[in-house]
Amino acid sequence: MVKRKVVLRFPASVVEHPFIYTLAKEYNVVANILKANINPRKEGRMVVEFSAEEKEYEAAMDFLLSRGVIILPLEQQIVWVEDRCTQCGACTVICPTSALWMKRPEMAVAFDGEKCIVCEHCLKACPARAVEARYLSGE
Amino acid sequence: MAQIRSIAEINEKIQKGEAVVVTAEEVISLVEEHGVEETARRVDVVTTGTFGPMCSSGAFLNLGHPTPRMRMSKVYLNGVNAYAGIAAVDVFIGATEIPDVDPANKNFPGAFNYGGGHVIEDLVAGRQVYLEATSYGTDCYPRQKLDTWIKLEDMNEAYIYNPRNCYQNYNVAVNLSDRTIYTYMGILKPNMGNANYCSAGQLSPLLNDPLYRTVGIGTKLFLGGGIGYVSWNGTQHNPCGARGENDVPRTPAGTLALTGDLKKMEAKWLRGVSYLGYGVTLQVGVGLPIPILDADVLRHAAVRDEEIVAQVVDYSEAYPQGVGGSLGEVTYAQLKSGSIIIQDKEIPTAPLSSYPKAREIAETLKQWIIKGDFTLTEPVASLPSADSCIKSKPLTVKK
Repeated sequence: MVKRKVVLRFPASVVEHPFIYTLAKEYNVVANILKANINPRKEGRMVVEFSAEEKEYEAAMDFLLSRGVIILPLEQQIVWVEDRCTQCGACTVICPTSALWMKRPEMAVAFDGEKCIVCEHCLKACPARAVEARYLSGE
Repeated sequence: MAQIRSIAEINEKIQKGEAVVVTAEEVISLVEEHGVEETARRVDVVTTGTFGPMCSSGAFLNLGHPTPRMRMSKVYLNGVNAYAGIAAVDVFIGATEIPDVDPANKNFPGAFNYGGGHVIEDLVAGRQVYLEATSYGTDCYPRQKLDTWIKLEDMNEAYIYNPRNCYQNYNVAVNLSDRTIYTYMGILKPNMGNANYCSAGQLSPLLNDPLYRTVGIGTKLFLGGGIGYVSWNGTQHNPCGARGENDVPRTPAGTLALTGDLKKMEAKWLRGVSYLGYGVTLQVGVGLPIPILDADVLRHAAVRDEEIVAQVVDYSEAYPQGVGGSLGEVTYAQLKSGSIIIQDKEIPTAPLSSYPKAREIAETLKQWIIKGDFTLTEPVASLPSADSCIKSKPLTVKK
């Protein structure tokens, strides 16, 4: 059994295809959609957590790639710029998963990319703009 | 209270490299180990620190005279208006000013990505900013229009003048309503989803000298990474509110007006920041040295988070409507634990003032003093204290 959080980017030409249905029906892949922005005839973006048997997961990803879907690992999406962070802590009550959290008793802000669901609430909650959304792989 | 040492004696020790200096955090464990009297005999100076958003901040700049000369009447720095209603090429750039073209809260909540605080940070960082000025023109100042690039080093004088810094204690903000609100205390989630506070607590300058026994007009301190001075009491200085048995105010109380040479400061300690749906401001780093003149000064400087209380205030109704009233009293130790309990509800807490940065400032100031680079000043006048009968007044709106 594998569990992976990824970002899917759907080119406008395929955005109307029912991919998640196909993944469930043909590949037994459970998709937990964390965030999605899908519109007709426009490039779509989805943050999703997949769980499946390893072989079926690989096959499902091959299927997505063959249809032109871009798959990006989630870790690379939100970047905490430590140098810009003024260590105030305002983000830590806004982050819904405690990916941005406070080490106590030091009261130092830290970021755990594993927990981040890329909801992007932190981007504007950070007064120092020390959190950025970056799209690294292939973009 | 018998005096142990004078400021002059402390300065002699600093110059000989013999002064004993500890931070307001370190002094706590010294008192636990040796008691107040003994620690007061051993320690010469306690250093404090704070690094938080301080909206009542800004800088006076003298831009220099262009040729032909100009009496600048409207001035913009990177599109942010600087007040020019003073002499020809003098302006004041305020921390919370936003560009005229900023949509502000028209698209609610506004992002407020850039403003006066950021201009100050850019200048201190050595970056050039775009200067635009217009004037009606006079016989002595004929020029009517100007646009150019300017850096801090190109200016004649540039000094911070912050009318209100270092609030002695502050409210803890919550939101009792059923919608998210956007305030100068950060984003407040509905139904008391979070509680935001803004003080360095046991490291905070005025909480360590609660009756202003050593800090006064003329006191030299760490300001924005350079040297600053207390120029006056801050605006809304309100020393006569409720205090605990340890003399520490239970509500927002004293404030300081600070000034200092911007050219000698560091961008690390003057940061432009944006509050969603509220506006821009400047995060300012301040560190106040407290000369341990007697045991009482030391007792005050050894205050702990457990002994400092703040009021929990509703920012959806009570604060904006000026109704007042506290939903409860909590200590900074509780606030720093990560959650407080108000009306039987556990509420996650978040600071807006950075404790690690406050600690770094107190430590930096301590090192300056130990190395003999920073000596203490005798205040030239006292700040109004708890016996002054000063009361902050609301504005009466006359119909």
